[in-house]
Amino acid sequence: MTTSPAAKAAGPCAGQIWLFSSIGKKTVVAATGILLVAFVVGHLLGNLTIFLGPDALNSYAAKLHSLGPALWAIRAALLGILVAHIYFTMLLWKENHAARPQKYIASNPVGTTVFARTMRLSGLIVLAFVIFHLAHFTVRVVDPSFATMTTTLDGHKVHDVYRMVVTGFSNGPVVLVYVVGLFLLTFHLSHGIGSLFQTLGITNRRIRRTYEIGGRALAWALYAGYISIPVSIFFFGLGKGAIQ
Amino acid sequence: MKFHLKVWRQKDPKSPGRLEDYEADNIPADASFLEMLDIVNAGLTGKNIEPIQFESDCREGICGNCSLTINGVPHGPGRGTTCQLYMRKFRDGDTITIEPFRADPFPVQRDLVVNRAAFDRIIQAGGFISERSGSAPDANSVPIPKTTADEAMDAAACIGCGACAAACPNGSAMLFVSAKVAHLGLLPQGKPEKDRRVLGMVRQMDQEGFGNCSNYYACEAVCPANVPAAFIARMNREFTAASAKEMAGLPV
Ligand code: HEM
Ligand code: FES
Repeated sequence: MTTSPAAKAAGPCAGQIWLFSSIGKKTVVAATGILLVAFVVGHLLGNLTIFLGPDALNSYAAKLHSLGPALWAIRAALLGILVAHIYFTMLLWKENHAARPQKYIASNPVGTTVFARTMRLSGLIVLAFVIFHLAHFTVRVVDPSFATMTTTLDGHKVHDVYRMVVTGFSNGPVVLVYVVGLFLLTFHLSHGIGSLFQTLGITNRRIRRTYEIGGRALAWALYAGYISIPVSIFFFGLGKGAIQ
Repeated sequence: MKFHLKVWRQKDPKSPGRLEDYEADNIPADASFLEMLDIVNAGLTGKNIEPIQFESDCREGICGNCSLTINGVPHGPGRGTTCQLYMRKFRDGDTITIEPFRADPFPVQRDLVVNRAAFDRIIQAGGFISERSGSAPDANSVPIPKTTADEAMDAAACIGCGACAAACPNGSAMLFVSAKVAHLGLLPQGKPEKDRRVLGMVRQMDQEGFGNCSNYYACEAVCPANVPAAFIARMNREFTAASAKEMAGLPV
């Protein structure tokens, strides 16, 4: 049997050849995408403790912070995952652009969705939002007074996350940034979640529609969950009494 | 019927091209799109204008040669090839824009003719069965489950026309390659070379400069042979599985 030269080329660097092949790069985007979605779901579940009152949110936050080095390991892993996701999408972007330099004059985007066609734009806006969000509540440079808010929980002095969040979301322009930023995440995931099953090859022609609809439903459920917090605080006065 | 045509004219691969206007008059509604162009060309020859160059061969939807993008859609409206598109699909007086298939690995040769040799090189990189498997076997002498046979047939419907790559905003040839990988890999004669085939064909596809799949599914929407994009998912997992074998040092 003859072996095609391309198939023989791999050898010891087979891993690297796979990673930078068309399918390898896209697999990295999908795998990091799943991990990011898992984070986004977990993060929402933690944040929703705000509806259980100041002590619930503050003790959840205190528990996270008590992880110490483990928390830093998780943060570093998340950063690595995000960087890999963006790096590989940018590689794909460059190659895809080169593969189709000339657009049709009578352009007609048959078969595609607006969510799919705007992945790079929605992703980059999400990146800007993530940076703002970290500056706002993690590094606390948007309003430095957040850093000094403390309260006592079971006799220990802890950071008053509840007061910080309620104060933060009492600001109209900030709430707008969250509503818009999270909307773009939903836009991104409206294509992304359904799409990753195709990329990872765990789909077939019957079940694809279910993944697509399920992915879109999850994307919108995440949106509803996340914006319920700023909306409840800004429009319905959640927590205003508790932080007086 | 009467149509206003805007047709891409380009002298050779190096010259810049542009759209030029032509009138198509007295076109029978039952003329195919290519016959309409034949009529227009006959008129142009009379006026001493170079006829519009386009490709065709079988004119019955099986060879995949008729590579035209009509109003931004490879092979035009509806499923099927350009040669199987009839002018009754359009409205009298419509303006129709005709461009060549666009993808970097499909360089325009002249007017609407593109060079699709990149697909031949992808086939040469694994789209075959090396061992002669004899003449067509007697029916049912090699039992193949019905679902497998049907799946292989759906993939084998691909005529290699290149509309998938031309429709893809990324210029990706994944639908074509995945159809070949599946149709040969599903059947007993092609199975032994399954891993080598998917590795070779995908790598050749990348080398030719086709883009990466973003799961837009534009390919599936224009495919005249109704090849579903689920074959791309199958190819993705087979390529990764074959690569994993390579990484583990197993023979492929
Ligand atoms: C922060 C900046 C981000 C950028 C620039 C970005 C960019 C992209 C791009 C361009 C794609 C499409 C790749 C392609 O099909 O060619 C993509 C896919 C995807 N992204 Fe993002 N993204 C970002 C953040 C996120 C986040 C935060 C999540 C999850 C919470 C996420 C989840 C996904 C998923 C699931 C896919 C689909 C993978 C696939 O189609 O197989 N992305 N991203
Ligand atoms: S000319 Fe053969 S498919 Fe159209």
